[in-house]
Amino acid sequence: MPVPAYSVYEQAILFIAALVVFTSFLMLGQKRLSGMIHLFAAQGALLAATTALAAYTLPYPHLYISALIIMALKVILIPAMLHRLIVRLDMHRDAEPLYLYGYVMMAAAALVMFSYYVVEPIEHLSTLATRNAMAVSLAVVLLGMLLMITRRQVVTHVIGFMAIENGLFFAAVASTQGMPMVVELGIAFDVLVAAVIFGVFFFHIRSSIDSLDVDRLNRLSEVEP
Amino acid sequence: MDWLLALAQAVLFTLLAPLFSGWLKWIKCLLQNRRPPPPWQPYRDLRKLFGKRPVVADTASWLFPVTPYVVFCAAALSGAIVPFFAVDLPTAAIADMIVLVGFFALGRFFLALAGMDVGTAFGGMGSSREMTIASLAEPAMLMAIFTLALTASTTNISVAIDYLLDTGLALRPSFLFALGGLLLVAVAETGRIPIDNPATHLELTMIHEAMILEYSGRHLALIEWAGQIRLMLYGVLIANIFLPWGLAREFTPEALGIGAAAIAAKLGALAVALALAETSVAKMRLFRVQEFLGFAYLLSLLGMLSHIILEV
Repeated sequence: MPVPAYSVYEQAILFIAALVVFTSFLMLGQKRLSGMIHLFAAQGALLAATTALAAYTLPYPHLYISALIIMALKVILIPAMLHRLIVRLDMHRDAEPLYLYGYVMMAAAALVMFSYYVVEPIEHLSTLATRNAMAVSLAVVLLGMLLMITRRQVVTHVIGFMAIENGLFFAAVASTQGMPMVVELGIAFDVLVAAVIFGVFFFHIRSSIDSLDVDRLNRLSEVEP
Repeated sequence: MDWLLALAQAVLFTLLAPLFSGWLKWIKCLLQNRRPPPPWQPYRDLRKLFGKRPVVADTASWLFPVTPYVVFCAAALSGAIVPFFAVDLPTAAIADMIVLVGFFALGRFFLALAGMDVGTAFGGMGSSREMTIASLAEPAMLMAIFTLALTASTTNISVAIDYLLDTGLALRPSFLFALGGLLLVAVAETGRIPIDNPATHLELTMIHEAMILEYSGRHLALIEWAGQIRLMLYGVLIANIFLPWGLAREFTPEALGIGAAAIAAKLGALAVALALAETSVAKMRLFRVQEFLGFAYLLSLLGMLSHIILEV
């Protein structure tokens, strides 16, 4: 179906879906931690906008609340916490070297295509026009994993993990019109607790291996050599 | 009558190209607190250059004096196939977007050959740099164009614009990405600031200027003019594909007048945006150009992917 045949709401959701994938790609190419956090906040803002749009057009007023929760948690609270953490760890000016940048980007593009083919049979089960966004959400999940695999900084891993959660949330909102409120509240608090625990872990990892580079964890051993 | 209009459009395109780059320079000077030359200054420069006798090196082969004519003809012909203020002209049926990319490649190929022809160090360096950039920019441009072609299911520019005007306004993510990719490619291919500085002859960074360093007189005039046409070509392409509103679809005087006014306004605004971008961005190191163009390719690729995934 050509795009102009969709309603404005569906067009907007598809547009935001494309932007969400784009932020994931930008994260993969981002060297600086503070830039990464800003991108994560932008992705959260897109997610909140999607939810608010869904709440506005569909008869589910509870989605307004979840939009507010996303706004508060993923756009303001968690990025602010992460930012404070990297300032306290004195990493906010660090640039992380990107290994095999070109290959990572190619792998990312391949992942997007892969998720399209994986989701295609499932898409036929739905009659919603925004079901196409499911491929996008799977792609965001896989790109978050790719981000975690290819980087060495713990902070980047955390952001990759949160981006995976963003992808799942986007799937829930765009293709099934939102989860029940209880589930959403549960997930929101899980993420918040995870962010707090990660903050504690950062300091522990740094005090034990003197850096936040996860590759150095490989060298840990029981016996001092 | 139609053919006459097509001819008039092509001639107007060629004649107005220096004005566009003069206008761009005028805004840029104002933004940088310099006193600008009048926007028609490029015409004066061209007249001056046309009045001078070209000097050709003894070591140059036949290729060297022929190149300016080839480059200019390629640019002028591609100006003829891009809809300027009216669509559905007979010239549009002859050639499509891939021919347009081919014309760009032809001009660039001859320029690169001519840069190496005389045998100076700078010429060869400029040619090698130009080809490096072109080899990275061309796939990005083709991908952006294919995104448009997928949406309109045609590679003919005129038919594609017709399709867009028929279907009306829609939020197309693929077009946003294709526009981004095409903008970056346009900046790289026309030698504007983050990639190349058209105003300096600094040997460490120059790309386009290094190739044409040996040209003088009317040869230089033709090459400069071709460069201005190419800049305008990208401007018109971006303005007419992504904001096609106002283009004349029937050949009445009012429609043509509206079309001309619309494209003038769009190009004027585009020049302002380009000048703003150029004054706020610093020139990039040559070795970062591949990152820049890689990003352009990524944008075009995402445009295509989002068309396939989201819009079909």
